[in-house]
Amino acid sequence: MNIVDFSLHEQAILLFAALILFTSFALLAQQRMLASIHVFAWQGALVAGATVLVAIVSKQNHLYFSAALTFGLKAVFLPWMLHRLVNQLGIQHHVETVVRPALVLLGAAALVVFSYYVALPIEKLSLLSTRNTIAVSMAVVLIGMLMMVARRQAVSQVLGFMSMENGLFFAAVVSTHGMPMVVELGIAFDVLVAAVLFGIFFLQIRDSIESLDVDRLNRLSETDQAEQTRE
Amino acid sequence: MNSVYLILLLPLSGALLLAMIRSPVVAGWLNIGISVATFLASVNMALIVLRDGPFLTDNSMFYIDAFNVYLIVLTSFVGITTAIFSRPYMRYVLSEGWVNPKRMRLYHSMYQIFLVTMLLALTTNNLGILWVAIEGATLATVLLVSLYRTPESVEAAWKYFVLCGVGIAQALFGTVLVYFAADHVLHMPEAGLQWTVLYSVASQLDPTVMSIAFVFLLVGYGTKVGLVPLHNWLPDAHSEGPTPMSAVLSGLLLNVALYAVVRCKMLVDPALADPGWGTPQLAGYLMMAFGLLSFVVAGLFLYRQQDIKRMFSYSSIEHMGLMTFAFGIGGPLATFGALLHMTVHSLTKSAIFIAVGHATHIAGTQFIDKIRGLIKTQPAVGWGLLIGTATIAGFPPFGVFMSEFLMLTATMQSWPWLTPVLLSGLAIAFAGLFRNIHPMVYGAVPEGQQPVQANMLPVALHLLIVLWLGISIPSFLANWFDQATLLITGSHFL
Amino acid sequence: MSGWLLALIQLMIFVLGAPFLVIWIKQVKCRLQNRRAPSFAQPYRDLGKLFRKQVVLAENASPLFRMAPYIVFAATVLAALTVPLIAIKLPTAAIADMLVLLGFLAIGRFFMTLAGMDVGTAFGGMGSSREVSLSSLAEPALLMVIFTLAMTAQSTNLSSVMQYLLDVGVVLRPSLLFALLGLMLVAVAETGRVPVDNPATHLELTMVHEAMILEYSGRHLALMEWAAYIKLMIFGVLIVNIFFPWGLATDATLPALAIGFAAMVFKLLVAGVVLAVAETRLAKMRVFRVPEYLNLAFLLALLGALSHIILEVGV
Repeated sequence: MNIVDFSLHEQAILLFAALILFTSFALLAQQRMLASIHVFAWQGALVAGATVLVAIVSKQNHLYFSAALTFGLKAVFLPWMLHRLVNQLGIQHHVETVVRPALVLLGAAALVVFSYYVALPIEKLSLLSTRNTIAVSMAVVLIGMLMMVARRQAVSQVLGFMSMENGLFFAAVVSTHGMPMVVELGIAFDVLVAAVLFGIFFLQIRDSIESLDVDRLNRLSETDQAEQTRE
Repeated sequence: MNSVYLILLLPLSGALLLAMIRSPVVAGWLNIGISVATFLASVNMALIVLRDGPFLTDNSMFYIDAFNVYLIVLTSFVGITTAIFSRPYMRYVLSEGWVNPKRMRLYHSMYQIFLVTMLLALTTNNLGILWVAIEGATLATVLLVSLYRTPESVEAAWKYFVLCGVGIAQALFGTVLVYFAADHVLHMPEAGLQWTVLYSVASQLDPTVMSIAFVFLLVGYGTKVGLVPLHNWLPDAHSEGPTPMSAVLSGLLLNVALYAVVRCKMLVDPALADPGWGTPQLAGYLMMAFGLLSFVVAGLFLYRQQDIKRMFSYSSIEHMGLMTFAFGIGGPLATFGALLHMTVHSLTKSAIFIAVGHATHIAGTQFIDKIRGLIKTQPAVGWGLLIGTATIAGFPPFGVFMSEFLMLTATMQSWPWLTPVLLSGLAIAFAGLFRNIHPMVYGAVPEGQQPVQANMLPVALHLLIVLWLGISIPSFLANWFDQATLLITGSHFL
Repeated sequence: MSGWLLALIQLMIFVLGAPFLVIWIKQVKCRLQNRRAPSFAQPYRDLGKLFRKQVVLAENASPLFRMAPYIVFAATVLAALTVPLIAIKLPTAAIADMLVLLGFLAIGRFFMTLAGMDVGTAFGGMGSSREVSLSSLAEPALLMVIFTLAMTAQSTNLSSVMQYLLDVGVVLRPSLLFALLGLMLVAVAETGRVPVDNPATHLELTMVHEAMILEYSGRHLALMEWAAYIKLMIFGVLIVNIFFPWGLATDATLPALAIGFAAMVFKLLVAGVVLAVAETRLAKMRVFRVPEYLNLAFLLALLGALSHIILEVGV
């Protein structure tokens, strides 16, 4: 089905999907701490917006609730909390150097192509107008994963993790119009707890290595096992 | 039907209660009490299942069948014995000043929360809730791994958090895909993730979507099982966390994650049996490949370990790999063996970690080279560790030997050319373990090494049960295993 | 026949209007920066003066150095000929498509860089090397934009692309949004505007385009400058006429052409304002940062192509 045959709302969903993908790329490339958090907030808002559009198109009223939940959690609460944390840790102007940024971005583009091929058989099965975005949601998940691998800063890794969650939620919305409510609430609860724990961890990591650069967390490895300190 | 709610609410309210109790001494006892109560509730439920067969709660939220009922009893049982061990051990940790009373409260509370998530994952009838519970288990244990706040433990916890977070996200994507496939067949939004409903329509689910979903689910829950190459978090988390935590991680969490993988396989297999689909064994092949890889790699890694808890965590990876492999082979014999192995491994490994906890207490270090002469200093601990290791290495007549024998026989039947790999893997692991254990148990006693207050009852209890299972499996248990085998493979073993 | 005539008139407008677009941008920029602007006739006066001046050649300049300005100018004018300005379906549209347009621009760039190195001064060589390395990054992005357009309209012919987009009407296409952003970034880099290059400065550390034509004088310099004006106009027209094709004349009647002309003027003036605002707000970036900037352009163009394939066609 071509985009020309879609209604305006459905076209808007596709546009939102593309923008969500773009924010994923932006998150991957953004080196400034506060700017990354803002990009993440935008991604959350876009996902919530797309959910509202899907709710309008599919007339699934429970999606409005999911959208509100996502907006509150991903676009407002988490960015606010991270903002507060980085202020508290005094790293709001931190600029992280990404190793080989061009390569990482190309890798992300390759992941998009990969998701497209993986999602093709899934999309063939679907009759929903949003089916084309399944590949995008999968790409957002995989790019979040890439971000956690490529970035060496604890806050960036958390942003990668949370953007994976965005991708998962988006996948659920566009492929099946959302998960059952009880599951969705459970997931939201887990994300919330995870976010709080991440905050606690930032403080613990900072206390233990005096930085949030997780590259310096290298005491435990198979190649060069450090002698135990607790003896 | 209240029995299910009881076994969830007891530890949950216990966790809330423990969060409020300031005295570590009282909390330690209370922890045991709550675990015992949970165990009794689970036994009660098991008796009901034994009498009436599988049941589904009225609101379709929980489903108990032969496959999960014995795991529930096992989980609550290991919950008690580890709680018994943890009481004196954590007091020692407290007296050493590694933790403060506030963190003791966190520890006890999270211990019960962890048990809740395990039991929820086992009892739930909803694949989505299963995911939520397993993710919840990570969240509950991650703060315990960094309980000592040493740089190593913080690092281990961060690795655990990040790696499992990434992994488990894949599992959620897989769950979304399953829901998507189910949506096509069912058109019932609320029931689309219910295990009982899904299982009944499994053969109609789209094979392509289900195969993609299974890859995601296997990678996701496989991270939690500790399958190579996603195992990196496991040795770190085991070695840096408090020892009771290592015992329940190895004994329970890995089992529950494997349970999730097997449940998913049970859905995928009928879907892929569709004649138009090329490889009906896809799920099995994947599990065999990952399982065998983990088994071999972990066996080799046993050699170079310098930390005793790290060494045994690699042994856990090895055994989880073996079970995954056996479930992958499918067929009643391999499945029966794997189910038995889940039980005996869980019991043995938690017993070993308890013994290791006492051993490190005696030696004051986890460093293998510095733990010496346990059997002279404190025979109970030394013998416990020795027998436990012999058990896990697969000595007859213990249950581990039985289950490994069954799995090997199954391999010989269906994949004869893999038998040498398995045998040599077992031999390597055996040598790797004993090379390190022997000097620790028998070596010269370092000066000034004193016996400690140790309660070896849990170890003895666990090992006796394993011995019993090795000699004769009680008929009700054999019956459950058989029922579960029937569920998983579609045919009886007995 | 009238078609050819129209094409010729359109080309005249293109070539003669190009300096006007440049001075318009300069005017807006001056206003924004609270400076007094030069008059609208200034670029014409400059060109006229340069044409009258004597040409001074370096002693070791080869014939190539003298030929280059004519070749560059001719290639740029030919490129302009292929771009629909006020009307589509002109006979010139059938001659060449977007790839040929790129080819014309590449010929111009090739000779300009050769000429920059010809005399053997340090600045010329530096400018040429920078120009080549930047365009090697910009061109893939531009090609990717063209692919996206070609996939959407199923044609690489500019006229057909615009026709298709006019026929379909308003569709929210993520691919075109990304392609537009990518093309804008590339256009800024290709025409040597802030933040990539600054046409108004001869600061040795930063200049690219100016460094290459540093040795030129008289009518040679005039041709080179004029070619640069036309190039800016080409990119401006591409952006406004592809992504906002409304108003383009689809038949050769007088009212349609008048509307087309008015729409074109209006769209270009708006585009000029946008560019002026952007240039005022942005500082010129270091040369080392430019590859990052062009990578972003490429990424946007790539996302455009991908989102076309994934989202807009689907299965």
